[in-house]
Amino acid sequence: MSFAVETTKLTKRYGSTPAVDQLSITVREGEVYGFLGPNGAGKTTTLRMLLGLIRPTSGSLTLFGERPRGLARVGALIEGPTFYPYLSGRTNLRVLADHAGVSRRRVDEVLELVDLTDRAAEVFRTYSLGMKQRLGLAAVLLKDPDLLILDEPTNGLDPAGMADMRQTIRRLAEDGRTVLLSSHLLAEVEQICDRVGVLHKGKLLIETTVAELTSGGGSLRVTATPADTAYTVLTAVVGADHVHADNEVFELDVPATEAARINAELVAAGVSVSELRWLQPALEDMFLQLTGVES
Amino acid sequence: MTTAIRAELTKQGHRSASWLLLGIGTLLTVTFGYLVPYVGLSDGSAARGLDAMLPGNFVGAAVGGLPVFVGALALIFGVLVAGSEYGYETWKAVLVQDPSRVRVYTAKLATIAAGTLTGVLVLFTATALCSVGVASLEDQAIVWPSAVDIATGLGGAWLMATMWAALGVALAIVLRSVALPIGLGLVWMLAVQNLLAAIAAPLVPAIADLQKYLPGPNAGALAASLGASPQAPGVDAIVGAGHATIAVAAYLVAFCGIGGWLLHRRDIT
Ligand SMILES: Nc1ncnc2c1ncn2[C@@H]1O[C@H](COP(=O)(O)OP(=O)(O)OP(=O)(O)O)[C@@H](O)[C@H]1O
Ligand SMILES: [Mg+2]
Repeated sequence: MSFAVETTKLTKRYGSTPAVDQLSITVREGEVYGFLGPNGAGKTTTLRMLLGLIRPTSGSLTLFGERPRGLARVGALIEGPTFYPYLSGRTNLRVLADHAGVSRRRVDEVLELVDLTDRAAEVFRTYSLGMKQRLGLAAVLLKDPDLLILDEPTNGLDPAGMADMRQTIRRLAEDGRTVLLSSHLLAEVEQICDRVGVLHKGKLLIETTVAELTSGGGSLRVTATPADTAYTVLTAVVGADHVHADNEVFELDVPATEAARINAELVAAGVSVSELRWLQPALEDMFLQLTGVES
Repeated sequence: MTTAIRAELTKQGHRSASWLLLGIGTLLTVTFGYLVPYVGLSDGSAARGLDAMLPGNFVGAAVGGLPVFVGALALIFGVLVAGSEYGYETWKAVLVQDPSRVRVYTAKLATIAAGTLTGVLVLFTATALCSVGVASLEDQAIVWPSAVDIATGLGGAWLMATMWAALGVALAIVLRSVALPIGLGLVWMLAVQNLLAAIAAPLVPAIADLQKYLPGPNAGALAASLGASPQAPGVDAIVGAGHATIAVAAYLVAFCGIGGWLLHRRDIT
């Protein structure tokens, strides 16, 4: 197994408090890895260390199995897109292509990829947030990188823009690129990532597949009438310990995959089911669970 | 390296502020080197100033602003070149494309050198044209300085302008911004230097000695050696041309070094 990114006890301290604490993660080549954590968890700090923008206090890291020398195979977007506001989108990319040592011809290709060709002559200052983010992605793609490091790539986008960005990221991964992205949205990571590292207060809580991560928490919500029959059926099917009833609304501590069977049992007993929905564990609940703190 | 320089030149060339600074520097030099003295001349009150406006002395007129006000504009240029990356938060955008801070910084220094050379060439052209204008208005013969004098003047002027721009770069990196470095740089150049020269140095001998090692007075002495009028602000031959040249060059190297060292070792956050 070859790793696109591997960190070993990576640590960054500001004063005495560690922003990133003994972090060891591995991102496999070709996967989409989600770096999940609430505000201040240390996601951006870690990504900046990977890119050489800040020096680790201790620990080490490798990119593609080597200590990083240059970033020729890496494209990155850290904490939102920043550009020269007085230059057009196209000129901004030309400047960055020059810095990257990439032909300026590449600029029109990446503009096409993010669908900004029509607006490329306009001054960056006048771009909408969604356009800025797309231009940021275009800059990430200039080097045709094998590894994309994206810090909260959907931040500030509207739902359509978010969906668009997620689809783009998946497509880039299907081309064989490795993607490391950070997010504070569990649902987002669940949608686009293969594996996930959960970060809390600078520490890695767990590194696992997305399926495994979400299997623990969460619950199935059932709204059904008549309530007493429904209760009888549900306790019989999943056990009384796993049923929390509130009139005709029940929350069941079962895996999401149980939904179909439960529905069938209820319907067979003559209960009418008006809602059957999987509730994601809230990120906070998941953190509490992982850190072992009682809520 | 060449594309890194092209990147920087594109950033500065597309920026109206760069050209505005050049325009103001030229306007001030021409106004105080030719326009105002010429008006005084036709009043008959300052007849001895005519010589200074003729082509033979255009080099002095061109470099006269560099110790203070043109120097201040060069400093602003340097701050803009380096400090804007903090202001626009674009360091990270640049350094993920090219993580070699040495290369990025060297390209910035090359760009300020190109910018100040452009500025100096424009100043020389403008003052040369004005001197021809004065000569023809006053029916004087057009006698140019020797090529060596012109080349020496250009070199000295470029050195001074680049030294001030490098001070701007260093201040911008030390303070990681644009506004504060410009403010402090201007306070130093326009107020403190003046106070030191006009008030402190005559009173305190130690400060008078110190003056010989500060960038402003050395630039003033270099400008004086190149023929700048001693009436121009800051122009005063307190040290010889050789001493002044070495001092200005040493400050240039020091400012470039401070900026580069800090940029290299600090985190980009
Ligand atoms: N330059 C700095 N100086 C001091 N503390 C810092 C600095 N940068 C980050 N920190 C601290 O390090 C911790 C981690 O910050 P970081 O920006 O990495 O979090 P994050 O996971 O990216 O959060 P967010 O989701 O809000 O972007 C925070 O507590 C922050 O206050
Ligand atoms: Mg962050």
